[in-house]
Amino acid sequence: MAAAEELTLLEKLLGLRRGNKYSAQGDRQIPVLQTNNGPSLTGLATIAAHLVKQANKEHLLGSTAEEKAVVQQWLEYRVTRIDGHSSKEDIRTMLKDLNSYLEDKVYLTGNNFTLADILLYYGLHRFIVDLTFQEKEKYLNVSRWFSHIQHYPGIRQHLSNVVFIKNRLYTNTH
Amino acid sequence: MQLFVSDGAPGNLPVLAAAGRAGARGKLLISTVGPEERVVPFLTRPKLPVLKLDSDRYLFSTSAICRYFFLLSGWEQDDLTNQWLEWETTELQPALSVALYNLVVQGKKGEDVLSPVRRALIHIDHSLSRRSCPFLVGDSESLADIVLWGALYPLLQDPTYLPDELAALQTWFRTLSVQEPCQQAVESVLKKQGILAFRSYLQKQPQPSVPLERPVSNEPEEDELPAHTLSEEEIVIAVTIWEQGLEALPTLRPRQNPVLPVAGERNVLITSALPYVNNVPHLGNIIGCVLSADVFARYSRLRQWNTLYLCGTDEYGTATETKAMEEGLTPQQICDKYHTIHASIYRWFNISFDFFGRTTTPLQTKITQDIFQRLLSRGFLLKDTVEQLRCERCARFLADRFVEGICPFCGYEEARGDQCDKCGKLINAIELKKPQCKICRESPVVKSSQHLFLDLPKLEKRLEEWLGRTLASSDWTPNARFITRSWLRDGLKPRCITRDLKWGTPVPLEGFQDKVFYVWFDATIGYLSITANYTDQWERWWKNPDQVELYQFMAKDNVPFHSVVFPCSALGAEDNYTLVSHLIATEYLNYEDGKFSKSRGVGVFGDMAQNTGIPSDIWRFYLLYVRPEGQDSSFSWTDLMLKNNSELLNNLGNFINRAGMFVCKFFGGCVPKMTLTPDDQRLLAHITLELHQYHQLLEKVRIRDALRCILTISRHGNQYIQVNEPWKRIKGNEADRLRAGTVTGVAVNMAALLSIMLQPYMPTVSTTIQTQLQLPPAACAVLPTNFPCFLPAGHQIGIVSPLFQKLENDQIESLKKRFGGGQLEDSLELKAKVSKAEAPTEIANPEQIKLLTDAVTKQGNIVRELKAQKADKAQVTAEVAKLLELKQQLALAEGKPLEASKGKKKK
Repeated sequence: MAAAEELTLLEKLLGLRRGNKYSAQGDRQIPVLQTNNGPSLTGLATIAAHLVKQANKEHLLGSTAEEKAVVQQWLEYRVTRIDGHSSKEDIRTMLKDLNSYLEDKVYLTGNNFTLADILLYYGLHRFIVDLTFQEKEKYLNVSRWFSHIQHYPGIRQHLSNVVFIKNRLYTNTH
Repeated sequence: MQLFVSDGAPGNLPVLAAAGRAGARGKLLISTVGPEERVVPFLTRPKLPVLKLDSDRYLFSTSAICRYFFLLSGWEQDDLTNQWLEWETTELQPALSVALYNLVVQGKKGEDVLSPVRRALIHIDHSLSRRSCPFLVGDSESLADIVLWGALYPLLQDPTYLPDELAALQTWFRTLSVQEPCQQAVESVLKKQGILAFRSYLQKQPQPSVPLERPVSNEPEEDELPAHTLSEEEIVIAVTIWEQGLEALPTLRPRQNPVLPVAGERNVLITSALPYVNNVPHLGNIIGCVLSADVFARYSRLRQWNTLYLCGTDEYGTATETKAMEEGLTPQQICDKYHTIHASIYRWFNISFDFFGRTTTPLQTKITQDIFQRLLSRGFLLKDTVEQLRCERCARFLADRFVEGICPFCGYEEARGDQCDKCGKLINAIELKKPQCKICRESPVVKSSQHLFLDLPKLEKRLEEWLGRTLASSDWTPNARFITRSWLRDGLKPRCITRDLKWGTPVPLEGFQDKVFYVWFDATIGYLSITANYTDQWERWWKNPDQVELYQFMAKDNVPFHSVVFPCSALGAEDNYTLVSHLIATEYLNYEDGKFSKSRGVGVFGDMAQNTGIPSDIWRFYLLYVRPEGQDSSFSWTDLMLKNNSELLNNLGNFINRAGMFVCKFFGGCVPKMTLTPDDQRLLAHITLELHQYHQLLEKVRIRDALRCILTISRHGNQYIQVNEPWKRIKGNEADRLRAGTVTGVAVNMAALLSIMLQPYMPTVSTTIQTQLQLPPAACAVLPTNFPCFLPAGHQIGIVSPLFQKLENDQIESLKKRFGGGQLEDSLELKAKVSKAEAPTEIANPEQIKLLTDAVTKQGNIVRELKAQKADKAQVTAEVAKLLELKQQLALAEGKPLEASKGKKKK
């Protein structure tokens, strides 16, 4: 999914009127937002945070200092690790790490739904779609989180619904 | 809250500066941990610094930690700050880590350091000057300034890397550097050591690569057309060289025999680690030593460097004695037998040794004893007493593996002298209860024995001086540097250089007549004696450090002997020895995600590769494609098939074959007239760039990476043919036909270039292409730095035929089963405990092996089917017994005793 397309999904989710124009920069097609008042903004995480503020939904950026820093950390993870050129090995490591992180969490910050969940959902969608049932079961916590987020109202839009099986199929994999 | 840092981690700077700036320093509990410590429990790869919050949450991103300190002080961040922080992690960091690695770890200077970051530095400078603000986000400093300053400080503290033309950046950097929080951070991180403070940390980090993190598995990043934009000048140069044709080639230097160094020339001496004689090498051994060195030797000759490539078998030592006893032969017979096996394996793999020798020669004795005498007379040897078991009946001291007894830990009755097979604990042979000599079953007694030690501590200073001079400007691989440094860091200890054995180089000293040198002392001297067996003027190579560049190839476990032990012997001997200039060590190659195992019969061994029906060039290609360069990699049958079918067949083979076929089919085998359009000229310039890249990589012995350049060029070639469709144009009007001619001509010339670039990797295929294209002999033996027109209009080419064959799934599946990695009936085999095979007499001929192999496969299928049908148990057992019998015969025919006992490790 191109970054501009993802930002349009985000606008819709946030209930913003369409009207922002995006272009893409360089080989990695980094999104650029042309704002009416002031200079342009570059970078997916930067623009996403800007849109959240525009929609007056600052709580999505975290409410305490701690939560704010954690949200930004995962946004950084999204643009460096998930969007970096990933080999199969990298993807496995990433899913393994996330799986272990999410073991005791409902959302990425813990108990509150934030922009980090939204952008990680969009960023991971292309990988999760390709997982086998066995792998989904292996990354059980990621699957639980992903399945939860994709049912969050308004987030999935035209993206395909990823099917997870509730019963465990592979008892020996752990 | 607790901040975890590791000494010399660059991330410490911004974090400490931000803590200071935001007044959070006092709330921090700082703990120092090792660079590889995994502080964050959920992250696989260690990341430092890390902030552990009181809520037990972790912040592992440097900018998130800095941001948190600022947020605690109530400073929120605006869009512009966010934008700088995002740019810092996605653009600046990847570039900066390359620059720092080059500077700090590789000791490079100037352009090698500056060029990866130049674009990023200019970006900051322009932003500052365009907005004419002193700081990144306005009139006062912000989080963005601290984070970027901290990231840049390690590099920019050296004014060389802060050029005057970036005036705005310079001012900004200096303003921040004098602020108190920044100064304090610098003091506590750099500890007055300057850039060196970062060295030991960065050495332990994986080598970063441009532009972004490079994937680490066998799957390389597929580079599209290079992002590099061609300048007009580059295009003009490419076209000029092209037009010069074969005149542009350097003159060939005739190959001498013997090859000797020539003053004023680049004299390259290449060695690959001497394989130990008592084992058949597996694919991991082959890629680690001989094959890697061979690629470099062939490349070196293609560059017309005066090249000598040597190797040989390492034959002395206990392991040979043991093997000899097992097989009922004398040590000399064992060495003769296995030396021949090794030589024939390497011949099959097309390894281009100038000489393949062995260590059991009179010259080995002469040179080793000479070095020994020199060390002795200069006071670099010590005498000491060691307690050892001695069998009086055999009249010899017993090496660990010649003793058996009761394990002092678990009471197991057949524990070996070095380890107990049952409880796995390491044993000191003299601790065994009721020890027995494995040969005569007599009880040995504890006796003390005098030994000689090399006084490494006394030589340490000389070694460090030499390393300091050598490492700065050389191409040692990072693992070799790291292993050597860690040996030095732990301090050197005296090492015993003698052994109570018979099979070795005798020690020429009163009181030591019944002892020999320990293999690690004289094995590395093998390189010298092997050269001496090649030419009596061997000293012109080995006592000529000013004129000779020595490249040594090995797997990483061999590094200390080449970087510490042998250099110490040579430095102590004070005879102007040539020491290693470039030490090239590989990581390990695994087999299907496990280890190669001789005793379990898992993996492909040199002699078996020949019986797979897959040509040696395909093996070479795949092993080099997955060469464990920088980190471990895996051999996988499925991947081998995939790479053969995609890269070789569909990419490389397809392009070269089409180019040749068009010449034959459309132009009667004569290269047509070429009229270059601007598009063609750009293509030439692109290929030239790729060729330069190939040269740069191979000069640094980045063998695996350079192979990608070949595949990229042929990818360009396929695209070029696809876009220009010469097969359609040839049927068109005059202009179309001319165009078809040009495209065909350029393509067949690309094929010619590829044939030469391929020579180090796939020598047989390279020759085949050159014969098909009738490339003039002068062009075959030298690889120019640029791309000339090799085959001018009118050149007649030969008969063109396909180069590669498809590997089929069935074929690969059956090979996979044959070499382990599948489940097969291994477990059964282990349970059955096949008795150890008797000494095999001779290696059977290949036909016989093939017959037996087929029989084993067939019988294996019968057993599988029976099991699948849940057949009668007695019937299954009978068939399994047959299978085991056949396997045993096969193993015997292949010259390997079957070892069936479980858990027995060792090579």
